Amino acid sequence: MKDFSYLRADSVEAARNAAALPGAMLLAGGTTLVDLAKCGVAEPSTVIDISHIEGLNAIDVTADRAVIGALAKMSQVADHAAVKSHFPAVSEALWQAASAQLRNMATIGGNLMQRTRCPYFRDPQNFPACNKRSPGSGCSAIGGVTRGHAVLGTSEACIATYPGDLAIALVAFDAEVDLGERKLKVEDFFLAPGATAEQEHDIRPGEVITAIEIPGSAATRRSTYLKIRDRQSYEFAAASAAVGLELESDGRTIRDIRVALGGVATKPWRARAVEEALKGKSLEEDIVRKASELAMEGAVDHGANHYKIALAPRVVARAVLELGETA
Amino acid sequence: MTVHDMKHAASDSARLEAVGGRLSRVDGPAKITGAAKYAFEQQLEGLAHAVLVGATIAAGKVTAIDTRAAETAPGVLAVLTPGSIMELKGASDWFGRPPAEETYCPLVREVTFSGQHVAAVVAETFEQAVAAAALVKVWYDETPAIVDLSDGSDGIPIDAMTKEWGDAQAAFAAAPVRVCAAYNTPREFQAAMEPHGLIARWEGDALTIWEPSQWLDGMARTYAEWFGVPFENVRLVSPYIGGGFGSKALALAHSAVAAAAAKMLGRPVKLVLNRPQNFTSYGGRAATRQTVAIGADREGRIQSIVHRGVNETAVDGMWVEPLGSVTSIMYATPNFSSKQNVVRVNTVVPGAKRAPGENPSAFGIECAIDELAYELGIDPLEMRLINYAEQDPEAKKAWSTRQLREAFAAGAEAFGWAKRSPAPRSMRDGHQLIGWGVAAGTYPVRRAYGEAMVKLLADGSAEVESSSIDMGQGTYTILAQTAAETLGVPVKQVSVKLGDSRLARAGVTGGSRLAGVMTGAVYKAAGQALDELIGLALSDPRSPFHGLQANTLVVKDGRIASPRGDGPEISIPELMGTLGREKIEAKGDTVPASFTPQQRYNNYTTIATAIPHTEGDYSRHSWCAHFVEVRVDEDFGTVRVSRVVSALDSGRLYNPKLAESQWKGGIIMGIGQALLEEGIVDRRHGRIVNGNLADYMLPTNADIPDIQTISVGIPDPHSSALGGKGVGELGIVGVAPAIANAVFHATGKRVRDLPITLEKLI
Ligand SMILES: Cc1cc2nc3c(=O)[nH]c(=O)nc-3n(C[C@H](O)[C@H](O)[C@H](O)COP(=O)(O)OP(=O)(O)OC[C@H]3O[C@@H](n4cnc5c(N)ncnc54)[C@H](O)[C@@H]3O)c2cc1C
Ligand code: SF4
Repeated sequence: MKDFSYLRADSVEAARNAAALPGAMLLAGGTTLVDLAKCGVAEPSTVIDISHIEGLNAIDVTADRAVIGALAKMSQVADHAAVKSHFPAVSEALWQAASAQLRNMATIGGNLMQRTRCPYFRDPQNFPACNKRSPGSGCSAIGGVTRGHAVLGTSEACIATYPGDLAIALVAFDAEVDLGERKLKVEDFFLAPGATAEQEHDIRPGEVITAIEIPGSAATRRSTYLKIRDRQSYEFAAASAAVGLELESDGRTIRDIRVALGGVATKPWRARAVEEALKGKSLEEDIVRKASELAMEGAVDHGANHYKIALAPRVVARAVLELGETA
Repeated sequence: MTVHDMKHAASDSARLEAVGGRLSRVDGPAKITGAAKYAFEQQLEGLAHAVLVGATIAAGKVTAIDTRAAETAPGVLAVLTPGSIMELKGASDWFGRPPAEETYCPLVREVTFSGQHVAAVVAETFEQAVAAAALVKVWYDETPAIVDLSDGSDGIPIDAMTKEWGDAQAAFAAAPVRVCAAYNTPREFQAAMEPHGLIARWEGDALTIWEPSQWLDGMARTYAEWFGVPFENVRLVSPYIGGGFGSKALALAHSAVAAAAAKMLGRPVKLVLNRPQNFTSYGGRAATRQTVAIGADREGRIQSIVHRGVNETAVDGMWVEPLGSVTSIMYATPNFSSKQNVVRVNTVVPGAKRAPGENPSAFGIECAIDELAYELGIDPLEMRLINYAEQDPEAKKAWSTRQLREAFAAGAEAFGWAKRSPAPRSMRDGHQLIGWGVAAGTYPVRRAYGEAMVKLLADGSAEVESSSIDMGQGTYTILAQTAAETLGVPVKQVSVKLGDSRLARAGVTGGSRLAGVMTGAVYKAAGQALDELIGLALSDPRSPFHGLQANTLVVKDGRIASPRGDGPEISIPELMGTLGREKIEAKGDTVPASFTPQQRYNNYTTIATAIPHTEGDYSRHSWCAHFVEVRVDEDFGTVRVSRVVSALDSGRLYNPKLAESQWKGGIIMGIGQALLEEGIVDRRHGRIVNGNLADYMLPTNADIPDIQTISVGIPDPHSSALGGKGVGELGIVGVAPAIANAVFHATGKRVRDLPITLEKLI
């Protein structure tokens, strides 16, 4: 950890100005940033503490729209009554993330910006090669320990998994991230590595996330987040699915469906092929299972993460079928 | 030997406080309120901070170290390298065997594992030391590393581990029913909450070390030998320990670095390993492989067991994980063969982790017998009873006590084993396949000689002193109970001082021996103190009991009287006042009178004087049976343990509440071992990549169901003075095979490689 200067921003404006300085990094709950600074991955020269900016933690939810301030805590959003009733997948994704202690500290803005758990990324001292950390240095993970790595959206430069849960639900429901000057789809906010693994988000120097907005729909109201992991708590997804469902009045035919995957891709992954295959279809187990296989179109494994290709479609299918059974 | 069954008043609080009572931990309030001061919390004047630089290769040579940038960094006091750190003397090992080398350098030029300490930076503040350590540049000449067991040869045979009787190979070949399979356990780590580290301070030739320790006297000896100072000059202080699980019994390379830095700088130095360094600076449980072949007749009676084991050890150190230890005693067999090899790999030398040997050994034999049960269509519990060993099959001696049959019965009853449907995949709840598994466990009764100081003070209170330790097992509590009961004073008037090597000597806290050793020593010392008090009371002319026609007195609730109740009754303070005594103190020990001073010294500073568990006419062990229910998701392969019932025989329990907690702790650790724990090594670099508490997975509360423990022990007069057997390590032994067996019952898939992660089941 190297020395840095500390600035406390009292307004979004001040934060933006400070964030434009070279080597500046925003600090919200600090659960990612402090951790990465200790590993020697994040080496900010200035830390801009935004956690005291007033008004950025508002949570405003109706059936039509949820607007969640960037500084709202994960635990507050997970527990919010209107989020639970109109956007259950969002609440479920949050409460299955991290641990109670972390959720009480961590913010929604910081959550979107969390970095990969690739062990090579997190250990610069022993593994200098990492394109995400130092572009062009190579990728230590390829050919190494890859059990947690991605099977979708990978490139020769980087196969790191996007580890978060919330963003999976956001991508499923076409949420937008509000950067003040501009708003963009969460799906577009995250970038697959391609040849530029270091660029994870479409965010420019001086931009600050102020809120996320999620349009409400029948599919958000009947939604769920299913997370499969090695242990029951405090663990990232081996594979997860955010699913929303709207049925025709017959209670069997799928009118609208949203599917996004976590734990298996380099960015929050919308499984449109699955959605298309199921729209207008009846909610039958074999149909759903077959369609769910499409989630893995284009998947490439790197040995130890091969199991994800079998696992992820089963997670999707279970989530869809269980959602179908709820009234 | 007899069991000292201590009679006591039957009031409720007395029952709670007496030996065998469910007294809560006396150190609990201090820990909960933060008043308990751990080693690294000492505030010392002029404290400097040391940070280690670890090798980034697994094998090779350090060709150059550039320390210039670090030396000129803010606050840096010294940069230590193999060339600049003071020379230490070689120290004897824990058996007391003299060192192979005359000198010792804790920083290396020849690297034999990734993370090995090559340099250290000492600075005014911790942050400065961390920053400067990152500036030390090291160049290497890297050579190929042996990464794990599969890379090496067959390894080195350890002849001392060979056990054979009958003709095992021939009997196996001739057996009508045979199973043979290989069972693997990965490298595991102790992962205690409190990291390793220390504060070292020199005052002239006297060294004080604040360091979490399972063995103050053994570690003090090592420091004394390294620095060539008398043993008495080294004081280790370790009143509280945040978990050890076997890892904190030895002074290690980082300990030497800190003590040397303190000497060189003439300032106290603090060095605490960061979390990744806790995975490379000392050894966890060695990775193991076993093949177990069992031949049986059609009724399920075992005819032969052929067992072969291999464990990894280090290039620069030897660790033998005794893999045949349970294999040879759990079941009766006329023919038996067990052999073991070790393979040198580029790792820090492995070490003790809860039930070293017995734990992986049980995984092999307890899975294998389960496989045999299915092969024969016999209930796995019945299978174990058919082959019940009525005596120690290896030592051919009677068991001191073996309540294993009782454990099977009590566990099966409480679990509802009779309702089990035998076929694999025959029990389910929705998508969850349900499996029930059973396995047994055992741990030998390791005995040693101990001593304790007991003081009776003028105010009627008592003090117990020992350099033994409490790392959460409950030593403070049970020694207070033992002293209180023996002296006849209330527990709250007894204070126990532990964890200071200036106090009465103690051997290692390991192998589940401490409670047996120390209750025996305290019982003896307290008895001596009491005898002295009674003797004075009867003989001193100032005493109201003087001239009484009695040859003894009784003490109860702090009051002293004649046994027949015909004389006066006064309190201990009154009596002490009358006698004009400030205190009565007695150092009691269970060391043989024939021991020379050197033997006594070795008794506390080495493990050479440990008493074999098969000494004399008996074979002494604790026993247990675990009954486990798992739920395996048929699509996802995730395994969750939903129920555990364990029946355990640890002999007499000095404090059932604390014993149950220890058993449960072991069972929880066993759940982690079965399903989660694994040090994952990058084969190209020979380096562990999950060396932190997020990626090295341990069970969370959500992974642990209610655990029911049932004590089936009876006092074992051959195992300890008060009739107890080992508690701490027993609980983990047999948990992993019980879970693996339950997973087979649930899924029909036999997973023989731990941990049982989801990809092995989908
Ligand atoms: C052990 C562990 C386990 C975890 N498990 C999970 C899990 O299972 N699922 C899961 O989803 N997450 C998990 N997390 C991640 C956790 O959710 C994130 O660390 C947390 O959400 C980050 O929020 P924060 O406010 O603490 O961010 P900070 O650490 O303060 O910031 C993180 C990053 O975001 C940037 N940032 C913060 N706020 C803004 C803003 N408003 N605009 C622009 N940039 C911003 C910062 O500059 C920094 O780069 C885990 C974390 C840990 C340490
Ligand atoms: S997978 Fe990505 S993050 Fe991991 S080492 Fe390779 S480039 Fe770095």
